[in-house]
Amino acid sequence: MLTANFLVGACLAYVALLFVVAFAAERMTAQGRGEWLTGPVIYTLSLSIYCTAWTFYGAVGYAVRSGLEFVTIYLGPTLVLIGWWAVLRKLVRVGRSQRITSIADLISSRYGKSTALGALVTILAVVATTPYIALQLQSVTLSFSVIAGSDSDDPGSISLIVAIGLAVFTIVFGTRNLDVNERHSGIVTAIALEAVVKLVALLAVGLYVVFALGGGPAGIFARIESSPIAEWQVSSGRWIGLTFLSAAAFLCLPRMFQVLVVENRDERHLATAAWAFPAYLLAMSLFVVPIAVVGLGLPGAGDNPDLFVLTVPLSQGEGGLAMLSFLGGFSSATSMVIVAAIALATMMSNHIVVPLWLRSGPQRAMMSGDVRRVVLMARRFSIIGVLALGYLYYRVSGGGAALAAIGLISFVGIVQILPALMGAIFWRGGTRTGAGIGLGLGFALWAWTLFLPSFGAGGILPAGVVAEGPWGIGWLRPEALFGLEGLDPVLHALLWSLLANVAGFVAGSLVSFPAPMERMQGAAMVNVFRSGAALSSWQPSRVDSEDLLIMVQRILGPSEAQAMFQAEAARQGKQGYLPDATPGFVERLEKELSGSVGATTAHAMIAQLTEGSVVSVEELMRVGEETAQIMEYSARLEAQSDELSRTARQLRDANAKLTALSIQKDAFLSQISHELRTPMTSIRSFAEILRDGDGLAPRERARFSGIIHDEAARLTRLLDDLLDLSVLESGQVTLHPASERLDRILDRAVAAAGVEGALRIRRRGAEHVHLVTDPDRLAQVFINIVANARKYAEATTPELTISVRQEGGAVLVDFIDNGDGIPAEAQSLIFEKFSRADNTEAAGGAGLGLAICREIMARLGGSIDYLPGQGGAAFRVRVPLRMAPPRAEAAE
Amino acid sequence: MGDTRTVLLVEDEPNIIEAVRFILTRGGFHVATHSDGADAAEAVRVRRPDLVILDVMLPNRSGFDILEDLRGGDDPAAVPILMLTARGQTREREMALRLGATQFMTKPFSNAEMLEAVRALCAAPQGDAP
Amino acid sequence: MTPPAEPPFVDRRLYRRRRLMDAARLLPVLGAVLFALPVLNAAAPEGASTARTGLFLFAVWGGLVLVAGVLSRALAGPEGAPPGPQAAPDDRPPPPATAPRPAEPRC
Repeated sequence: MLTANFLVGACLAYVALLFVVAFAAERMTAQGRGEWLTGPVIYTLSLSIYCTAWTFYGAVGYAVRSGLEFVTIYLGPTLVLIGWWAVLRKLVRVGRSQRITSIADLISSRYGKSTALGALVTILAVVATTPYIALQLQSVTLSFSVIAGSDSDDPGSISLIVAIGLAVFTIVFGTRNLDVNERHSGIVTAIALEAVVKLVALLAVGLYVVFALGGGPAGIFARIESSPIAEWQVSSGRWIGLTFLSAAAFLCLPRMFQVLVVENRDERHLATAAWAFPAYLLAMSLFVVPIAVVGLGLPGAGDNPDLFVLTVPLSQGEGGLAMLSFLGGFSSATSMVIVAAIALATMMSNHIVVPLWLRSGPQRAMMSGDVRRVVLMARRFSIIGVLALGYLYYRVSGGGAALAAIGLISFVGIVQILPALMGAIFWRGGTRTGAGIGLGLGFALWAWTLFLPSFGAGGILPAGVVAEGPWGIGWLRPEALFGLEGLDPVLHALLWSLLANVAGFVAGSLVSFPAPMERMQGAAMVNVFRSGAALSSWQPSRVDSEDLLIMVQRILGPSEAQAMFQAEAARQGKQGYLPDATPGFVERLEKELSGSVGATTAHAMIAQLTEGSVVSVEELMRVGEETAQIMEYSARLEAQSDELSRTARQLRDANAKLTALSIQKDAFLSQISHELRTPMTSIRSFAEILRDGDGLAPRERARFSGIIHDEAARLTRLLDDLLDLSVLESGQVTLHPASERLDRILDRAVAAAGVEGALRIRRRGAEHVHLVTDPDRLAQVFINIVANARKYAEATTPELTISVRQEGGAVLVDFIDNGDGIPAEAQSLIFEKFSRADNTEAAGGAGLGLAICREIMARLGGSIDYLPGQGGAAFRVRVPLRMAPPRAEAAE
Repeated sequence: MGDTRTVLLVEDEPNIIEAVRFILTRGGFHVATHSDGADAAEAVRVRRPDLVILDVMLPNRSGFDILEDLRGGDDPAAVPILMLTARGQTREREMALRLGATQFMTKPFSNAEMLEAVRALCAAPQGDAP
Repeated sequence: MTPPAEPPFVDRRLYRRRRLMDAARLLPVLGAVLFALPVLNAAAPEGASTARTGLFLFAVWGGLVLVAGVLSRALAGPEGAPPGPQAAPDDRPPPPATAPRPAEPRC
């Protein structure tokens, strides 16, 4: 017998292995290595979370009780997968094109981005999944006590430890960051490993049973023929009903949706999974009946057939094999719980927590702070909540019911989503009202006829209600609704709940009229394979790009958001980070956002910015299928006129620039004159006063000489700057490239800027970067920016954040202060000569600083830009890691 | 002239303000100053100085705009205005005179020149050419 | 009388591919029918044996896996017939995955 400590050690080692695998996989994918990690094999294996501890242990017990009936649980998914071309392919395409994050997201998104539907599906999923998680905890505890001896620790504490461990793993790898695509390569790889472990374990036990105990295939055949389950004893109704049920559940289970659709990286992986996963299922079920009959014939195997997979090898003294089998069961349980927790947490955060949070304030989308943090925290707490619920259910229910029963009850609950789901991708006529009614009816009937009675008569429903119906109304009896008696409870519940569900969905859809958004989403999803199905849902509106940028930054993170906006601006033929908020762009943004926070939330957030502009009548017109052709034609026209207007805009920009340049030349001369004469005025005046003034007090004399000195210094500085600029502009500057660490240059610059005490400086990011550049020139740029921050940041406690990160072959140094920033109209001017952001001369410079910075950065092969949307004024300096070797003439 | 004449200096460079104030105070004038272009015209109306010295380059509003504003009022020739500029272009001089400046002076100026001009403007009857 | 083997305006490879899609759609129906056969058998007076039915089921299962493998390979392998104007609407290559982004630490 294996000791409890050894088992605990093995479990811990196994979990540690999962951590290592997940971590390594995440790293490798992030670095773009290990293509197989994102390939079809891993995808197929990840689907194996369908096979939980219920199927690993319970299938044998199921076979002992009902013969071959257990196999229906695998036949359903097999049919779904070999029919991938008809249903799954479309589901995956819709999921990818709409950036769906969960099954609740799909339903809510399809039916007009309805928050209520999303919440309903989420609640349904949580209620139906909780018993299932409890089941996994129970199986781990049971198997543990069987293999380590029933006199081991309190079994409850084992399941508690398992639940906590799983929560930690899931939080670490499931909510590390808000992935744009909600894909978790680390978790998926770990799951794939678990898939292999459980398959190997079950095959090993099966082969051992067949060849070591059963006398080979022929012997096993004979044993089955003479066993208590030799006779086919499955009722036709259950056989067909359960096959259908498992097929439907395979599509609807939140965890299956997660691995099938959300984690899918390439549609073609589905083609592999289409045959490979049925093969996996075949292998998983091949030895179930042999293990069952051999177990039945072994007196040492105990009386719980649900644990034959463990007790058969154990009774033969095969400790190693039993250990492997235990790990297989452990794998089955953990992988299911991890993915289910992630899927449910995503749904809870996106469809319950964040909508509530958004609703709690009128302009949440625009408030300061990071939405990502809210979402991530919501997810983490949801994961803990889901596992706590599972654990609680396990403790409260006492783990009494037979394993298979809980599984089927869960299945019937979750397949209530099926009508709405199929309607979502195949029937444009399905409406929000219909889906709501169908789901509600199905959910209610399931709870009444199956879920509540499952706690046992007198559990939640009083025994009298179960036996005679509520208030003695016989036809409302939970297990014989409308007088339908004598039917198997699962079939009875499945029949009534789905019947009411479908009827409610269809009738509700036929009677109600869909909102524009529903029609649009309906068309986009049902016609996902048709070209031009994408419809714009945002009319040209008065969205401020900068507001959008601020919001998107908080969800996608600054670098991604800026990259997106910059790319869009470039596409529109503009420079900088602020493109026009065209409907197409806003829609693309919404899709990107929905990848992170779900379609409903993304829509709500964008809607807050677009002044609640709903879909216009013109766009309604575009919804109808009949206008698809017109649309295509006009789309082509639009593309041409887009091209034209882009060219026109570029010309206009160029012209404006030329005009501005010639005006600038005049202005430049007159500015130089002004800048030189102003200090000269003071100097001359005070010099004359000193020359003529006999009656001056010594203090006055000293003060006036001081002014002359200061103004002379200002004059010198100005001349230096002018000289510097002209040298830089003419390209005759000599650079002195040297290898230097960025942090040292920054240290020097901050010290030289002389801002100590006046400006608080925070520094973030990996500054230990080795640069080959001209360190003095770069420091000059940094000094300028830091000094500017001190001069212009008008906060009560001025702060400057310097953050550094690498991108491509360059390092980005962002300087962000907490002042008022620079108004949009001035942003393009600040790098011009003699421009000052606020036009006061108190700043003491001539307004050449940033112009010089720009020239220096150009010489160093980098750039300096103003970054809008950061709160305060923000400058981004891009320095190449290695500047190009200096050439004689680098000027353009 | 029994009382001291008041000069309103509209200028934003603190050192130039100090220099002019010193020169004129020593010359027997009372000097008030104003540094913001936005409400300079308003300040002139409120303080009713005997002479305004108006710089062209002011924060928020150009000296020309202020000049135009003052001369466009109910009492167009009420106060003599001495324009100061650091951009010695003839175009500016012409523009200042066209808009109704009484006299135009380029920075840097000599102290004697400044004092002389102020004295002349304060003594001369309004509307005379300098 | 020999009807034309295929409409003159659909090229042969595309025609093949469409029939392949039909087959892929029909395969689960065939599977469902085959999987349901034991029910009929069970109605027979002498009943059915678990062992024999099991063998039948696993054989069907294996067969389905093989056929699905062949079909999906044919459907997913070469990205289809030349995309002419007649190209089947639901045979477009999948949309490009999200634009590759540099994997970078967030600041």
